[in-house]
Amino acid sequence: MSFLSLFVLIPILTCAAIMLVRSKSNVRWVAASGMVIQLILAAVLVVLYLLERKAGNDAPMLFMYDVTWFKSLGIHYAIGVDGISVAMIALTAIVIFAGIFASWQVDYLTKEFFISLIILSSGVFGFFISIDLFTMFLFYEVAVIPMYLLIGIWGTGPKEYSAMKLTLMLMAGSAFILVGILGLYFNSSIDGGPLTFNILEIAKVNIPIEAQRFFFPLTFVGFGVLGALFPFHTWSPDGHASAPTAVSMLHAGVLMKLGGYGCFRVAMFLMPEATNEMAWFFIILTSISVIYGAFGAIMQKDLKYINAYSSVSHCGLVLFALLMINQTAMNGAILQMISHGLMTALFFALIGMIYSRTHTRMVNEMGGLMKAIPFLSVSYVIAGLASLGLPGLSGFVAEMTIFVGAFQHSDTFHRVVTIVACASIVVTAVYILRVVGAMLMGPFKNEEHENIKDSSWFERISVVSLIIAIVAMGVAPLWLSDMTWESLTPIIDKLDVFS
Amino acid sequence: MQLNQFLIMQHEVLLTIVLIIIMISELNFSTKNKSKVIGFSTFLFGIVTVIGFLPSQTGVLFGGMYKNTDLTILMKNILNLGVFIVFLQSAEWLRKPINQDKISEFYLLVVASLIGMNFMISSGNFLMLMIGLELATIPVAALAAFEQFNNKSAEAGIKLILLSAFATGISVFGVSIIYGINGTLYFTELSSGSLATLGMIFFFSGLAFKISIVPFHLWTADVYEGAPVNVTSFLSVISKGAAVFILMIVLLTVFKTNQGEWVWIIYATAVLTMTIGNLFAIRQQNLKRFLAFSSIAQAGFIFMGVIGGDQAGMTAVVYFVLIYAFSNLAAFGVIASISNASGKELISDFNGLYKTNPKLSLVMMIALFSLAGIPPVAGFFGKFFLFTSAASGGYYGLVLIGAINVTISLYYYLLVVKAMFINKSESPIQTFKSDGMMRVGLVICVIGIIMVGFASQIYEYIYSLSLVI
Repeated sequence: MSFLSLFVLIPILTCAAIMLVRSKSNVRWVAASGMVIQLILAAVLVVLYLLERKAGNDAPMLFMYDVTWFKSLGIHYAIGVDGISVAMIALTAIVIFAGIFASWQVDYLTKEFFISLIILSSGVFGFFISIDLFTMFLFYEVAVIPMYLLIGIWGTGPKEYSAMKLTLMLMAGSAFILVGILGLYFNSSIDGGPLTFNILEIAKVNIPIEAQRFFFPLTFVGFGVLGALFPFHTWSPDGHASAPTAVSMLHAGVLMKLGGYGCFRVAMFLMPEATNEMAWFFIILTSISVIYGAFGAIMQKDLKYINAYSSVSHCGLVLFALLMINQTAMNGAILQMISHGLMTALFFALIGMIYSRTHTRMVNEMGGLMKAIPFLSVSYVIAGLASLGLPGLSGFVAEMTIFVGAFQHSDTFHRVVTIVACASIVVTAVYILRVVGAMLMGPFKNEEHENIKDSSWFERISVVSLIIAIVAMGVAPLWLSDMTWESLTPIIDKLDVFS
Repeated sequence: MQLNQFLIMQHEVLLTIVLIIIMISELNFSTKNKSKVIGFSTFLFGIVTVIGFLPSQTGVLFGGMYKNTDLTILMKNILNLGVFIVFLQSAEWLRKPINQDKISEFYLLVVASLIGMNFMISSGNFLMLMIGLELATIPVAALAAFEQFNNKSAEAGIKLILLSAFATGISVFGVSIIYGINGTLYFTELSSGSLATLGMIFFFSGLAFKISIVPFHLWTADVYEGAPVNVTSFLSVISKGAAVFILMIVLLTVFKTNQGEWVWIIYATAVLTMTIGNLFAIRQQNLKRFLAFSSIAQAGFIFMGVIGGDQAGMTAVVYFVLIYAFSNLAAFGVIASISNASGKELISDFNGLYKTNPKLSLVMMIALFSLAGIPPVAGFFGKFFLFTSAASGGYYGLVLIGAINVTISLYYYLLVVKAMFINKSESPIQTFKSDGMMRVGLVICVIGIIMVGFASQIYEYIYSLSLVI
């Protein structure tokens, strides 16, 4: 049994432990300790992975474990990780760790809240370690469904509407994914051999181009819904705005990455010819996402909506970079996923904390908060600077890599879309700096805000852990970028043959 | 005929014995102690259910009129298990004073109907099948009208018996055409041809009525709403499950040669059934009507396995019916216990249920998630395998329509979850404790819902049996 299974097992055990304890504070501590173990485990995984690579193990996936589940259908419980999944697991572990501390003050049905949140995280971990399409799909849905209860019960504003919209749109996306997966499965046999759901096995097969033309768009759009692909992004602003803090963090920070990850791991990797044929169409859609999201953010006055639209823009950039189909841009996409995951989580954590003090999320109703809550305000500035791509923070590394990669294409079409996407950086700077100026600087707009208290210890843990990760990634991006670069090689090899 | 040959009909014989024992034993209980029949009958039926799972003989009887294979035995066991859960769940309702004078009738009618279903599943001849069909249907009509002083219940009974008779008439007409062509009614001796296709269509319509396939579904909602909850759960799980089994067996063995034609009938009815079932379910306020339409939609999904038509498809159908039985019985069990405690049956009555009755709410949520096909509960596996078998025949369009229908169905299942967990209510249903048998029934369902999915052995076991039909 590979120790990777622990990533799914520990959340489940944590949930079981939470069920056993009674008082609210015990629930919190059990949840927190479970996720601390998870974080340590993720760190161990990173170290072990790097050591193994250093020792010269160049298998596409490490720590593989494979056990037959449904024999007659060829369904296996197959797990393994490459550099990209390791990075994603580390990201998830950090965000869920921060999320637990950010939701320390949840008072209504505390036990149920933490159980739902942790079940959700087990779905995400399971998704990233799966190399069997069936289990991957299973974990994908496990990650989506608790969202309904989390937003519906603990959310704010039009929470029931948002929760239903989010769940139904994502499940409609998974309907497309299901057809795509079955299409891959029934084309996976080599010369009439057994059918398989294993991604690595399917990658060895050349799926007929007619099948690819049919199943690629379905799969890509299916995962794209979760990756906020225009025009299927509309669940995202409503969902993020209504969700409680930790859920927004986890959703924007990690869950949206499931979309991007699925897009290249399943849709692009397994159907390379169709990817090359149809990339232009999806590039146009993602460029619209990038620009539209950025302009959408400018128009918003609610902090959560601003960041939700900014997420649409940044996640659009992830898909945009993936579709550039060269190693630099794709590596940028992976870095962007991680960078965006960290900084959005930080944003939503801070917004939740600020909201709990000011009782408003409207930018124009706040002002001068820097004087009242300096710690949270400075953290907000750091998150903002990371978001607009200041060198030294994570955003710069990612966006720089993406645009360098995108510019390697010299034809007019790619040049134009790259320039258009690049323009989003400027727009990002506008909405970030405007918010920072209006909300944190200047005189107080509301007298009650003069006396609010700065962060408590659990909020600091949450915020500091995210800031450390952002700065670490910005200052020393190479170890991360090397890890993902290597793992992209087999994917890019397969895609390049047909370009 | 020797005795051990007779044991090939073990299930039917045992059920008949149970029927007789209940009938006789009822005479021995005094009027005051009538409710002891409940415990006694349930216990007796539990023993029969367990015996059913012991290894038993297979073979052919009465010159081919009756045949038993491992798969049909499994199907009968699934039905037995379902009926056992229904018995556990109906104890509380039967103890009510209004039902005092007809307790044993409930058991007699259910068991009689079950015997009919068993004969249908094992039939090797259309004559046997029609007799089984009648035996299975007529007691159910009496059951639907069980609360005779309730207008809706009486209406349900009369509606069911009239429409059933009509449907059976159509079926018999189809059978008569088949007899006209072949001069025989034995499954093994039938030939194909365009007239046979016509006969098949008529026969199919009759059975489609039982499974409440669109456009033969119009009776379903009214009857489900009017009948007592426990009868409704019997109708929607056992009756429907048996009809699905028989339709599958008949299509895949008797009409195997006509596959080119019936595939498109199944395709069209599957699409219509899931879509219309789902769209109508959205508007329902009464939980029984709601589950009626949801179970119509589920039948559409089941057809996706039939259309695959191979070993994997058959496995998927049987496997799904097993899961569907657990899930639907769990949902009906919750509705029944709430109906017993408070007499309320509307979705809006469930508002704030989690606050007062958290365990029941959780059971209901798990059941609904299983019906909706949400992992990690068993419904997900069942639906996935149905889709897989449709895709194996290359019907990707059907898979897509089905998968989108899953999303639609999720909407209305979530409405109930929302009522229980999110909505607030000023007068929620009071905290109550349902009786022991009901709780045992619900626990069995929940264990089934959780275990059947993960335990791939069950799937593989059904798969190994599906080879020979």
